[in-house]
Amino acid sequence: MKQTFKRPKALVDIPSHFCPGCHHGIIHRLVAECIDLYGVREKTIGVASVGCSVFLYDYFNADVVEAPHGRAPAVATGVKRARPDNFVFTYQGDGDLAAIGTAEIIHAANRGEQITVIFVNNTVFGMTGGQMAPTTMSGQETTTTPFGRDLKTNGFPIKMSELLTELPGSTFVARAAVNNSKNLMKAKKLLKRAFEVQINGEGFSFVEFLSACPTNWKMTPKQATERVQEEMIPYFPLGVFKGGQE
Amino acid sequence: MAEAEFIKGNEAIAMGAIEAGCRFYFGYPITPQNDIPEYMSRHLPDVGGTFIQAESEIASINMLLGASSTGARAMTSSSSPGISLKQEGISYMCGSQIPGVIVNMSRSGPGLGGIDPSQGDYFQATRGGGHGDYRTIVLAPHSVQENYDLTMKAFDLADKYRNPVLILGDALLGQMKEPIRRRKYRKKEFPKDWTMTGAKGREKRLIKSLYLSEGELTDHNWMLNKKYQSMKREIMFETQFMEGAKLVVVAFGSVARILKSTVQMARDRGMKVGLFRPITLFPFPYAALDKISHSIKNFMALELNTGQMLEDLKLSVGHKKNQVDFYGRPPGSIPSPDELFNEIKKIYKKRIG
Ligand SMILES: Cc1ncc(C[n+]2csc(CCOP(=O)(O)OP(=O)(O)O)c2C)c(N)n1
Ligand code: SF4
Repeated sequence: MKQTFKRPKALVDIPSHFCPGCHHGIIHRLVAECIDLYGVREKTIGVASVGCSVFLYDYFNADVVEAPHGRAPAVATGVKRARPDNFVFTYQGDGDLAAIGTAEIIHAANRGEQITVIFVNNTVFGMTGGQMAPTTMSGQETTTTPFGRDLKTNGFPIKMSELLTELPGSTFVARAAVNNSKNLMKAKKLLKRAFEVQINGEGFSFVEFLSACPTNWKMTPKQATERVQEEMIPYFPLGVFKGGQE
Repeated sequence: MAEAEFIKGNEAIAMGAIEAGCRFYFGYPITPQNDIPEYMSRHLPDVGGTFIQAESEIASINMLLGASSTGARAMTSSSSPGISLKQEGISYMCGSQIPGVIVNMSRSGPGLGGIDPSQGDYFQATRGGGHGDYRTIVLAPHSVQENYDLTMKAFDLADKYRNPVLILGDALLGQMKEPIRRRKYRKKEFPKDWTMTGAKGREKRLIKSLYLSEGELTDHNWMLNKKYQSMKREIMFETQFMEGAKLVVVAFGSVARILKSTVQMARDRGMKVGLFRPITLFPFPYAALDKISHSIKNFMALELNTGQMLEDLKLSVGHKKNQVDFYGRPPGSIPSPDELFNEIKKIYKKRIG
C-alpha cells in the first residue's frame, strides 16, 4: 500500500506539547514540509522565539538557536550575515513579534535581511496564559481584557502584514490560515514562495498565519477553527500583499 | 617591532578587534564610543567583514548572539545606558554559552547622566549585570596600548570559555591619544563542535538557555559556576613600587593611569606608597591582594564612583586587622595627580604618620 501521509524528515518523531486543536502543530508541519521540499534541512538554522513555540528546537530536525523574547529577527540577522549560504528562519508569536519585538521585525524587514519569518497570530499571549496581544480583536475577552478589548483604551488590533508591506525593504509578505483544507493548500503555496525568496536571494520574506488557540479562547477546537473563519479572516484578510509568484 | 603610531583609545579597540579576526560588528551610536562603530564601518569591508548600525542596543546584542552562535568572531560596543539595554542579551549568551566581545566605554549616570569618565558601572560589569546568576570576564585597560592588546585577548578568552567578555573603559580611555605598537595576532584554534552551521552529516545542534526538566537547570548552573571558577587562571594585575610599601593604593582603568604619576610623586617625597592595579575585574585578584596583606596592612581604594571596587578590596583584605580607606568621586571632573596625591597624603598621615 502506498503511504500518502508521513512525517516530514525535518520533524523529529516525538509527541508535541501543543494543546488539542492548536494550529502551531500544523504550521510546524508546513514549515518542515517546505524544508524537505527544497532539500535545505542540512543548511537550515532555525531561530526559536519565546512563546508556545519555544520548543521548536525539540521538534525540528535541524540546528536551532534560541532568541530572547521578541529578538529573533535580530538574532537571525546575525546568523544570516555570518552564514549567508544557510537557510535561516524565525518562528514567532504575536506577542513576540508584534509587541515586544516590533522594532526588531520592522528593521530586519527594512534592511531586507535574507531571512524567512513565520509569524503566528493567535490574537493572544498563549504561553503566559491568554493575556491581550497587540492582535487581540475588538471586544475580545482575555485575562487582561476581562471586559473585552476596548479600542479606546487598548488601541487597535495591529495588522503586521500590512505594516511590513509598506516597507521598501520587504520582498514577500503574505497572510495565510490553516483552518480548512482549502486555506491550508493556499498556505503551503505562500510558504513555498517565502522559501524561494530566500533561496533565490531575493530578500526578506514573511508569512503571517492566523492560528487557533482553543485553550485561551476557551473554545473547543471546532469552535476555535470557526472563529478563525468568522472573526479573524474578515479583519485580517488572507493573500499575498507583496512579491507574489515570480 | 612595529613603529609606534599615535592612536585614539576607541580606535585602538577597533583595530585590535579586526586584528584578532573580528569580522562582525553591531552597534548603536552613543558618546563617548562612536569612534568604534565609525572605524568598524570604514575598515571591516576591507577584510570582508560586516558592519551593521542596528536599530538599538537590544538589537545589537542579539545580532551579536546570532553571529557568535555560528562560531564567527563578533563584537558590539556601547556606553553605559546602552550597556544596560544589552543586559538581557548578555544573560542569554551566558546561559547559552555563546562567546562574544562587548565593549563598555562607560559614561556617567544614573540615567542620561553625562559623558564624563566614570567607573559607576563596576558593579554592573562584575556581578553579571543582567538577570540570573552569571558572570562575564571583565578586562579593564588603562592605556591605549592596553585597549588594543586586551581587545585581542578578549576574543581568545571568549572563545576559550564560550562566554561573553566585557571590556570596561571610560570616556578618558576612549578619547585620549597615545602612541601604540601594533602586533600580529597569533591565531589560536578553539573547538567549534557546538556552532550553528546546519546539520550536514551530523546530528542537529541546539543552543538554548531554557532548562525545564527536574534538576536540569540546577545542574546547568553548577556547570556554569564551575566554568566561572575556572576563569581564575586568567587573573591579571599590575603592581608598582611594592617594595617596602606601607600603603597600597588600589585602582583600575583611567584612575590607575593617573595614579601612576601620583605614586611616583609620593615616592619622590619619601612616602612608601605602592600601586596595585587589577586588570581583570572579574575574576578579581582576591588571592593576590590577600597575600600582600600578610606583609602590608594599609590599603586604599581610589575610584571614579562612590565605592564599588572598594567592596572587592574589602573582601580581599578586610578580614584581617587591615585598614581599608577610600577616596572616590562621582562623575563631573577627572582628578589630577596632585589632587589624588593630597588624598593619599591624608590617609598616609593618619595611618602611617
Ligand atoms: C522579556 C520578557 N518579557 C516577558 C516574557 C514572558 N512571555 C513569555 S512568552 C510571552 C508571550 C507569548 O505570546 P506569543 O508571542 O503571542 O506566543 P504564543 O505563546 O501565543 O504562541 C511572554 C509575554 C519573557 N519571556 N521575556
Ligand atoms: S496555549 Fe494556545 S497557542 Fe499555546 S499550545 Fe495551547 S492552544 Fe497552542
